[in-house]
Amino acid sequence: MTDTTTNVARLPATDWTTDWDHLDPRWRNDPYPIWDELRGTCPIAHTKRFMGAYLPTRYEDVKAIAYDTEHFSSRRVVVREFRAETIIPAPPITSDPPRHKALKQILLPPFLPEEIARIEPKARAICNELIDGFIADGHCDAAQRYTRHIPVRVIAHMLGVPEEDGDLYIRWIHEILELGITDDAIMWRAFGEMTEYFIAEIAKRKGAPRDDLITRVMGARIDGETIPEELGIGMLRLLLIAGIDTTWSGIGAALWHLARTPEDARRLIAEPELMPTAIEEFLRAFAPVTMAREVMKDTEINGCPIKAGNMVLLSFPAANRDPAMFADADKVLIDRKENRHAAFGLGIHRCVGSNLARMEMTVAVEEWLKRIPQFRLDAGKAVAWSEGTVRGPRALPVIFGAA
Amino acid sequence: MSHSTMRVHVDQDRCQGHNRCKALAPELFELGEFGNAREIGDGAVPPGLEDKAALARANCPEFAVILTEL
Repeated sequence: MTDTTTNVARLPATDWTTDWDHLDPRWRNDPYPIWDELRGTCPIAHTKRFMGAYLPTRYEDVKAIAYDTEHFSSRRVVVREFRAETIIPAPPITSDPPRHKALKQILLPPFLPEEIARIEPKARAICNELIDGFIADGHCDAAQRYTRHIPVRVIAHMLGVPEEDGDLYIRWIHEILELGITDDAIMWRAFGEMTEYFIAEIAKRKGAPRDDLITRVMGARIDGETIPEELGIGMLRLLLIAGIDTTWSGIGAALWHLARTPEDARRLIAEPELMPTAIEEFLRAFAPVTMAREVMKDTEINGCPIKAGNMVLLSFPAANRDPAMFADADKVLIDRKENRHAAFGLGIHRCVGSNLARMEMTVAVEEWLKRIPQFRLDAGKAVAWSEGTVRGPRALPVIFGAA
Repeated sequence: MSHSTMRVHVDQDRCQGHNRCKALAPELFELGEFGNAREIGDGAVPPGLEDKAALARANCPEFAVILTEL
């Protein structure tokens, strides 16, 4: 994962209200001023790129679209350059009512808080093992040496596959969510490899069930019938894709903030009881995940006509910065008391792994601060952000100790 | 003896299982088998837990936690 630039020749966005482009380097490096401007001038922007897509930036509009499953389908959840005839299903995130509910209920129980609490010691051990690997150096790229490895190793543990397969998963996700936005062939290849991989893992469990998520998903029943293998593989694909670069991004953004804001790091060490509100605030201010919907029927949102056939870039991160919903929306306040952020989505597609993500973020920040209480950005090296649908640091060079 | 002056209720049509209320006020909320929340018992808030009830309400992303003054 060295090259995240997919479009060397891509034309820069000329006007954010009529030609927005979430792959533009200005968006990738700092999207917040773009959203703030749009919220004031054109709260539902449109682009002809991506075969036509809308961009709502107000909390109320993002929420209205997330709740409206009649006009807005989840069958495509990524805004891509092209719309393939065949849609890759990753249920239930790509499912609409009435089918959605039964599918989601298969995945909900293993992500309940008490189930996630059982994995917490494992997550802490992973964090400390990673820190052992670089702490003596006095510096590291926290995105490559620390944050990227935590969620991938935890989900591998839950699925019941070797933790060493993590690099393979990270490549697939990069190919599907970043390179695949503009290159269908790369996306389909990654999709095929992932399917083959799960078919082999499922075969190992036939007649020899294990205490893991693969066994659990493949044995799930709807109305008394075991679910078809293809459906189970789709759900496994979702579990693999959804829990890795999202949480990698969330932990990375939290450490990026603390590296630039040592007073917040000091405060979290002195007042550890603030950790839950701090994590919620990092989720609000640096929400990693942007989803998408496909407009199925003409409608209107907040007076703006919305035409069928377009996509919607459903930016929960932009909603989270709306000053009409959040006081001091542009400030990071680690003791924010009232925080109804939408980082995990709103409505029926609320992130199934939200309890897992919160646990991983909390553990990763806590263990880091215990071992590396003082750290700062390495001024000689650049921070790099991911492109596309999930935003977080992919290079985060930091130096340990006081400045 | 003091008694409760407030009641909490989780609107089942709105709750999507974010679990914020349960995390902030475990004395007042419990989760069902799919993670959706509901108030414990009749939702009466014991004296001293009013702030926690208000916090649960202020952090529900779906506006599903309802507080009523008795």
